[in-house]
Amino acid sequence: MPNTQQLEDLTTQVRRDILRMVHKVNSGHPGGSLGCAEFFVALYKEIMDTKDHFEMDGIGEDLFFLSNGHISPVYYSVLARTGYFSVDELNTFRLINSRLQGHPTTHEGLPGVRIASGSLGQGMSVAIGAAQAKKLNNDKHLVYSLHGDGELQEGQNWEAIMYASGKKVDNLISTIDLNGKQIDGATDDVLPMGSIKAKFEAFDWIVIEIEEGNNIEAILKGMADAKAETGKGKPVCVLLKTVMGNGVDFMMHTHAWHGKAPNDEQLATALAQNPETLGDY
Amino acid sequence: MKTYTYTEKKDTRSGFGAGLTELGRTNPNVVALCADLIGSLKMDKFIEENPERFFQIGIAEANMMSIAAGLTIGGKIPFTGTFANFSTGRVYDQIRQSIAYSNKNVKICASHAGLTLGEDGATHQILEDIGLMKMLPGMTVINTCDYNQTKAATIAIAEHEGPVYLRFGRPAVPVFTPEDQKFEIGKAITLTEGTDVTIVATGHLVWEALEASKALHQKGISAEVINIHTIKPLDEQAILNSVAKTGCVVTAEEHNILGGLGESVARTLALHKPTPQEFVATNDTFGESGTPAQLMEKYGLNSTSIVEKAKTVIQRKQ
Repeated sequence: MPNTQQLEDLTTQVRRDILRMVHKVNSGHPGGSLGCAEFFVALYKEIMDTKDHFEMDGIGEDLFFLSNGHISPVYYSVLARTGYFSVDELNTFRLINSRLQGHPTTHEGLPGVRIASGSLGQGMSVAIGAAQAKKLNNDKHLVYSLHGDGELQEGQNWEAIMYASGKKVDNLISTIDLNGKQIDGATDDVLPMGSIKAKFEAFDWIVIEIEEGNNIEAILKGMADAKAETGKGKPVCVLLKTVMGNGVDFMMHTHAWHGKAPNDEQLATALAQNPETLGDY
Repeated sequence: MKTYTYTEKKDTRSGFGAGLTELGRTNPNVVALCADLIGSLKMDKFIEENPERFFQIGIAEANMMSIAAGLTIGGKIPFTGTFANFSTGRVYDQIRQSIAYSNKNVKICASHAGLTLGEDGATHQILEDIGLMKMLPGMTVINTCDYNQTKAATIAIAEHEGPVYLRFGRPAVPVFTPEDQKFEIGKAITLTEGTDVTIVATGHLVWEALEASKALHQKGISAEVINIHTIKPLDEQAILNSVAKTGCVVTAEEHNILGGLGESVARTLALHKPTPQEFVATNDTFGESGTPAQLMEKYGLNSTSIVEKAKTVIQRKQ
């Protein structure tokens, strides 16, 4: 059994990283990043089977693709803190000449990143391609992907969703971050999407719901359930209900912090709510 | 003057199909994707021989491009097949982010480019694709002239690491390049040597340029015809060497005058050796329905037009 306290300590440190990264450059996307901190920690520390060094082709290991690339702060923090690159490099987020671009890219050779993302809606297709390559390579490892709920408004997702079930891509676990928010407000106000669960089920995916998407144990259980559903001829969707801005009281339950950095005072308040655990970078 | 003849006409897309079939037999990493146009792209034989290495995506080109990017991550060399319009303009952002910016080893193979698609009309006749693709950093852009060259190019690009746009067409056109000619990306081929005017042509216009050079020869004008199959990276030295002799150039392409080969040549000349240039290309317009021959005549993309532009540009010298 994983030590949940260790994972929670790491999550708290990741929150601090996210806040400090976006504060330093007064730009970036803290809201969605904070909402997915537990998911990333669980994924990289417990769920995925990865090699101890980075290889672009990822043969013989599980792969992860971040489709909603704007939550790069959480991605970078967890990659650094799981050994893909030095945590000191988090200092360079969004700065000129950095490998930590505003949105993730392979262009600067950052270990851990296998595709550029940021222009929304492409990640599921990429993950499908990688999953089909795994089948051709007779590689039994899995492909994971993460998508925003607002991102599902991009039509390409539905091409991918239709294809994945139609072609029995059953080594793929695509997680949707159901925080109900996007830049302009609640997803229900911007473009009501109805039941995302019903839509995935109608497209013949296996759907696993994680009601407490900011609870590490709930995530571990839900993702284990998802993994158990792979290899059954259908792709697997995880609906992860998260709170945007989780862990910082004034950032929670609002879309206001989707793409806005805290000022000095707000940072101090936010950090006080998340005391240092593993050491700041 | 060196002259060229042909014994048969074949479509360049069949050259792609033949090249892909050969790759299927020789390179186990080559995989193919198609968005519901197998017959049009001549992919049948590859699929028959390698069913497990073929991905029928359905009518979903955006999905196809991003899936291709994903396949490269597992070490595959994906060849996507659909019409040029749906290979570029429709999926520009997928190519830009997931393929070009991510530097993925995807071969975007595009048939039915330009006006010679014919009767389907302007919705399907893209004349902007060379421009779209050449503007992407790291993208190699190739437009082949006949069956043999298309087959050779298809085989060659599998050995090139990085994204490639390979453009070819629908109609049967003269087969005049040697069957065994090795395809070298970025290396221009001088077809005829001349002293009065350089004609730099790509794709279907290469044969028209050869026809034009014959007509010019009869009028006492010596034309040097260069086959630029690779628009990016452009063989600038070959062009500069030629215009050093001739002092003027006509560019010829089945593409919009904006963004095409002609502009790449003009940029090269402006930087290194300002030289009078005339353009055979469509003039910032959409196409329309008609037979390929009718369209090429109406929009001035044939040997007659090249001859006229050659005469004009020669008069502009000195």
